[in-house]
Amino acid sequence: MREPSGRTKRKIRWSKLYTFSCFRPPNTDPVPIENRIGRPGFSRVVFCNNPHLHRMKPHKYPTNYVSTTKYNVVTFLPRSLFEQFRRVANLYFLLAAVLSLTSLAPFTPPSLIVPLVFVVGISMLKEAVEDWHRFLQDLEVNSRVVKTHIGDGVFVEKAWQQVSVGDIVKVQKDQYFPGDLLLLSSSYEDGVCYVETMNLDGETNLKAKRCVEATLGLNEDATMNRFEASIYCEDPNPNLYSFMGNLEFENESHPLSTAQVLLRDSKLRNTEYIYGVVIFTGPDTKTVRNSMKSPSKRSRIERKMDRVIYVLFSMLILISLVTSMASAVLVSSQMTSWWYLRLQDKDLFFSPSKPVLSAIMQFIRALVLYGYLIPISLYVSIEVVKVLQAVLINNDIQMFDEATCQSVRARTSNLNEELGQVSIILSDKTGTLTCNQMEFRKCSIAGVSYGGDLNEVDLAASRRMNSDMVAYRSSVDESDAMSQGIEICEFPEDDIGNQMGYVGAPEYLESLNLKNQKISDVHRESSIKGFNFQDDRLMDGQWTRYSNVYHMTMFFKVMALCHTGIPIEDDRADKLKFEAESPEEVAFLIAAQEFGIQFCKRTQSVMVLKELDRDSGSVLEREYKLLNLLEFSSSRKRMSVIVSTQDGQIILLCKGADSIIFERLADDGKSYEEATSSHLLCYAEDGFRALAFAYRTIERAEYEHWDSVFTKAKTTVGPERDELLESASEMIEKDLILLGAAAIEDKLQKGVPECIDKLAQAGLKIWLLTGDKKETAINIGFACSLLRQDMAQFHLSSVKDSGCGNQSEAILAAKKALVSQIESFSQGIQVENKKHMPFALVVDGQALEIALRSDVKDQFLRLAVECSSVICCRVSPKQKALITRLVKEFTGKTTLAIGDGANDVGMIQEADIGVGISGMEGMQAVMASDFSLPQFRFLERLLIVHGHWCYKRISKMILYFIYKNIVFGLTLFYYEFYTSFSGQVLYDDWYMTAFNVLLTSLPVISLGVLEQDVPSDVCHQFPALYQQGQRGICFSWKRIISWIINGAIASLIIFLSTIHALSSAAFSEKGNVADIAHLGTITYTCVIWTVNCQIALVISHFTWIQHLFIWGSILLWYIFLLAYGALPPSYSNTGFHVLTEAIGRAPSFWIITLLVVVASLLPYFVYMALQRTFYPMDDHVIQEMKHCKKDVFDKQMWLREQRNSKRTTQVGFSARVDAKTHHLKEAMQQSGASIYRSFTNSPIYKTLRSSPLFQ
Amino acid sequence: MVERGETSSTGGSDGTQDPFPSAKKITKRPKYSRFTQQELPACKPILTPGWVITALILVGVIFIPIGLASLFASQRVVEIVDRYDEDCIPPSFKDRALGFIQDDNTDKTCIRKLTVPKLMKSPIYVYYQLSNFYQNHRRYVKSRSDKQLRSRKDESKTTNCEPEAFAGDKQPIVPCGLIAWSLFNDTYKFSVTNQPLAVNKRNIAWDSDREHKFGSDVYPKNFQNGRLIGGAKLNSSIPLNEQEDLIVWMRTAALPTFRKLYGRIEVDLEAGKEITVMIQNNYNTYDFGGKKHLVLSTTSWLGGKNDFLGAAYLAVGGICLFLAVAFILVYVLKPRPLGDPSYLSWNRNPLGHLN
Repeated sequence: MREPSGRTKRKIRWSKLYTFSCFRPPNTDPVPIENRIGRPGFSRVVFCNNPHLHRMKPHKYPTNYVSTTKYNVVTFLPRSLFEQFRRVANLYFLLAAVLSLTSLAPFTPPSLIVPLVFVVGISMLKEAVEDWHRFLQDLEVNSRVVKTHIGDGVFVEKAWQQVSVGDIVKVQKDQYFPGDLLLLSSSYEDGVCYVETMNLDGETNLKAKRCVEATLGLNEDATMNRFEASIYCEDPNPNLYSFMGNLEFENESHPLSTAQVLLRDSKLRNTEYIYGVVIFTGPDTKTVRNSMKSPSKRSRIERKMDRVIYVLFSMLILISLVTSMASAVLVSSQMTSWWYLRLQDKDLFFSPSKPVLSAIMQFIRALVLYGYLIPISLYVSIEVVKVLQAVLINNDIQMFDEATCQSVRARTSNLNEELGQVSIILSDKTGTLTCNQMEFRKCSIAGVSYGGDLNEVDLAASRRMNSDMVAYRSSVDESDAMSQGIEICEFPEDDIGNQMGYVGAPEYLESLNLKNQKISDVHRESSIKGFNFQDDRLMDGQWTRYSNVYHMTMFFKVMALCHTGIPIEDDRADKLKFEAESPEEVAFLIAAQEFGIQFCKRTQSVMVLKELDRDSGSVLEREYKLLNLLEFSSSRKRMSVIVSTQDGQIILLCKGADSIIFERLADDGKSYEEATSSHLLCYAEDGFRALAFAYRTIERAEYEHWDSVFTKAKTTVGPERDELLESASEMIEKDLILLGAAAIEDKLQKGVPECIDKLAQAGLKIWLLTGDKKETAINIGFACSLLRQDMAQFHLSSVKDSGCGNQSEAILAAKKALVSQIESFSQGIQVENKKHMPFALVVDGQALEIALRSDVKDQFLRLAVECSSVICCRVSPKQKALITRLVKEFTGKTTLAIGDGANDVGMIQEADIGVGISGMEGMQAVMASDFSLPQFRFLERLLIVHGHWCYKRISKMILYFIYKNIVFGLTLFYYEFYTSFSGQVLYDDWYMTAFNVLLTSLPVISLGVLEQDVPSDVCHQFPALYQQGQRGICFSWKRIISWIINGAIASLIIFLSTIHALSSAAFSEKGNVADIAHLGTITYTCVIWTVNCQIALVISHFTWIQHLFIWGSILLWYIFLLAYGALPPSYSNTGFHVLTEAIGRAPSFWIITLLVVVASLLPYFVYMALQRTFYPMDDHVIQEMKHCKKDVFDKQMWLREQRNSKRTTQVGFSARVDAKTHHLKEAMQQSGASIYRSFTNSPIYKTLRSSPLFQ
Repeated sequence: MVERGETSSTGGSDGTQDPFPSAKKITKRPKYSRFTQQELPACKPILTPGWVITALILVGVIFIPIGLASLFASQRVVEIVDRYDEDCIPPSFKDRALGFIQDDNTDKTCIRKLTVPKLMKSPIYVYYQLSNFYQNHRRYVKSRSDKQLRSRKDESKTTNCEPEAFAGDKQPIVPCGLIAWSLFNDTYKFSVTNQPLAVNKRNIAWDSDREHKFGSDVYPKNFQNGRLIGGAKLNSSIPLNEQEDLIVWMRTAALPTFRKLYGRIEVDLEAGKEITVMIQNNYNTYDFGGKKHLVLSTTSWLGGKNDFLGAAYLAVGGICLFLAVAFILVYVLKPRPLGDPSYLSWNRNPLGHLN
């Protein structure tokens, strides 16, 4: 692929004429690019518009076909076989099957080979089906279409997979780029386009890309006809943030950088179309290079199961050793005198002269013989069960999202039961918790808050107080409580203003409930996208009637003028749509439009507003000349515009973070500071993102002086430029007059707070990992109740030591600072812990980078685990993955990562369970995930219902599997004691084969698929049940050992009973005595009855399917025996007519069966009865409550227990309500009885009545 | 939001109950069926004290009568067991039992006298019982050829029969293998008060063996011709399916102590009668210390004399009744109300039993 040197003459020139923007990061690369081109790593050549040149060597590049499948037609067989036999159990059975072909094995070959082929075949079939689904998904992506140039300026639609390097494509607005493209031109004159890279890095803001000047003119289909150029650039690499290359066009060379490169899977936004040349295709693209092979995950239970298998293997080896040793001893001592064996003739297994050799041979034979201890069909049954579980999960209507028409998909089925054991959830923010949509919610203008209604926490808290009060009073004096009537306890309005509680009769509560629901509905459905504001005082121009209308107008003007957006024509009526760099600005513009100040036009220097005029009541069009725009940056945290009005007045309008604005206020501009800041606090608690607005008028002379300073700063070239600009803006952004604040809600997805609340109650910890700014992250933390005002918040941030020292010193210093921060926080926790104070930890990206270094990470994680919520902001995708790994390793608990974008792929793959949100358009997260959800809220049902069920099912199933194989396998061993350890098998070969495959497989599958300890609604009501999974009590070693012992006891009872019942005397009236075949068949019958009745005792949920499978399996055994016995004796061997002629006619056979089944199940039955009596588990008690219909008759108790079952959470909605209730109670105690007043006279009641929400 | 506890049962499903009119949406929506929604009607039995006690009492009530019936049946069986291997060694050979039995020239006849303890109704089954004889030894069990036994054309199929597969001149032995080779060869002649007592040796094997497993056209060949003579010899003019002693012997016993049917006495024997048995004590069990018994037994509906089943039934039934009483006491003395919430893990001491 290296370009032959000297083939093309290259004239490389620095194009110094063109720099894209003043804030372009300086090129830190010391080696000039032209020196690198053609060297290793920089050998790629692309002939634009000549894709045919890339179809042959030397410039043949891979096609744009992207494949995520594991196998293809050729590799499937060898690779999947290899995968299958990597399992130690399967390998063992393979060896056993090979041995069965020799004389070594105690069985005939088919009895070992048939189950193995069956088991491996089903697993491979499953693999094939799963890979087929992956293939179909690839097909969907690969067959997306894009307009591609085919010559003569004609563009036709081609599938992505047909696009090749060198093609010129035209990508329309909101389409994804099919490969990595070089931007040639866009619909904008200056060749800019906006790109959303959410799929790559999760950042939601749009990124501007700009083409090189030379290709600016190529902005029409026709011009592509004559376009010829070549690109020399770096080889494919996974680095998303760098690109180096040269474009040779019209004999000139233009350097290329990331600013011209559009990456695959990012999306074109706010731009009608672009033209681009494909540079990298398919596997060469940066996203594909970036994607890791998804690791195959195994659940905790399965890993433990491996260890159980090892235990069983050791048992197997132990009893094999016993058998072989005993056999050898017998052979060399007594057996020589057993003349009927004729041991003097050569027999390797029983050679008195070579006891060691025979011991070894017997050992190998015993290993095969007792192989039934190892449940061969366990893996395959589990796989079948999990696939069926996944089908049930996929088909759950309650997890179907009507909005996106998607339902939950279990993409890999082998983690179902892991869902029941999750302890820590690591969640992405954008697109996962939020819908990435900003809404204007509240504002505080001139010290008055608008759009305020009761927040839900207050309502819930007061209701909780109410019910407590009612209960309290009825306990004191019932009749008195009834006569009290409606009362309210009202608190003096504190600084927040809407903190209150009232006490009323239950009837009132009911009505409040209804109304409260109405509020919620109002919150959810706003007719205008981006605007969710309800206050009559401001709507429909009402605000123009107020006295402080000037400040109101200014406030709205800040919203309408201080931004970087542009209006877009909308078909609907006279409302416009807006586009801007950040969605917040869009929300402001929409709000301003709703309030009557519409931003309708923008040219290079003029902004036009349509204003509602106060006096005439008509709409006037006013022009504002845009003089300067002081941009927003994360360090400045503010943005200002300086405009001059039509009457020549110069105004500076500023919006920004409250702290920044407040310190720049003029002395006479602070009149609303106190009220505004209290409102801001309130907004922050509700999780809104609030910005403070301010303005100032500037004298023309002052402005002119400043303008010259500013212009000078702007034109400065060099490192001091930023500093100059900063000081210049400081000069003008001062003496501001505060107008108020506006609150924007980063809209949470439907049901997110409730879901988080439930998850917290179930004992799950939620960590928020986001690439967003700290402020935004904290806002969302408040909105979804991960944070609340009374939590102790710890902020870990790296202290920027800008200045002296080299890098390593700076890092060292930062590390020191961080460690001391961590230590002080840890101490704080220890002090506060006694007060049951919840903690929250907020970490930013830079601090995290240091905190995750190997020597600090333990301290950091110890602190983080202590905190009830952890929020990490400014986190890179790599860090997300790293945190996930460290948390997983440090806590040793099950982690679940949930995210929606490509930036979450790392953590999704790293976590024990990865969940992707599929509602959004990007597919990377979903492709990498194990489960995909259309909405975050379905996580609750997925974990608490399906996870819980699957965990219990799989645990029970594995335990039962172990049991059944031990029961069966040990009877074989016990029999050896009576056959002088010679390796004789008690059962017919075909009975052995049928055991796992035919006679016991279906009941256990029905257990694994359909078992429910409690129904789904009870799972929701008692989230604490979920903790059974977190503690892992259903598959603990104690249980495993108990089941092994149970199996050993049952098999002993079965074996001893049958041999004693069938000992020397005749077993039938005809005087016949039992031989091996009879004993074997009767024992086997008892085993089948016992294991199938045992599963009936294990199952607590019988549908007709379980009944059919369990009783059907027992019946099937008799049918099998009849059919097998009816075969000619050359096939049926000892089974010939065994049931019809011999045992079936003997009453003793049936009596023995009854005795053995009851006797072998009695120990388990008694144990269970005792356990349920003295140490019932939670699900037992709840089952009983349901059984006794306590939920119907004793509703009080049911509700109380429901409440108790919730873990006292420190995050989530309930926690907030708890805190509020606590707070209110304290306040009530302080203010005493004096606060009681008649409810109807209360002003709050009146406000409530008049509020539109309550109508 | 409203308090979740009250609304979650309805809240969880609110948006989804609405029928959605759009046909396009319905296509992707999972179809409702009680199976896929895991809402199939189900019975959910739980181990309440009532059930536990009922089940235990039920088992007790059913098992004790069955046990009594079995025990009664077993007790009704009249059985005479006589060990003769030691007594049938002439005193002169007391210390050289092996020499005696292996010597072809010694007189192996032995007379035993048995007294009938109770009336024995016909049919009376005659068994020989061997102890410490491992007919279930793997080497022994394998050493046979069912094919050869079944039909004449397969008489050379002697794969598993080593070391008794071929006679010296590579002629196949019929029946081959160790089992047949070691055929039991003691014989018994019964007489009561000097009247010979007929022993019917027909139909002592399973019908299926006679009719399907042993061929009517297969005759013994080269049998017991080799260097080592094992047990009995066979009349080579009688087809195998009529050699019932062989057929019975070929059904290998499951345990090292076993009985095999020798024949039937089809007359009643009065109590107190003395039976004289003339035994040809040919079979060598002295080598490996095996015992030989002669057994005469009647049968009941349950078979021979075996108290185990009855005793086990009584024991299990008794245990169950005892447990039932114990559980009743437990529930009376230390009751746990069903569904008592104080037993929920979140209401208990977190350090308590969180099983």
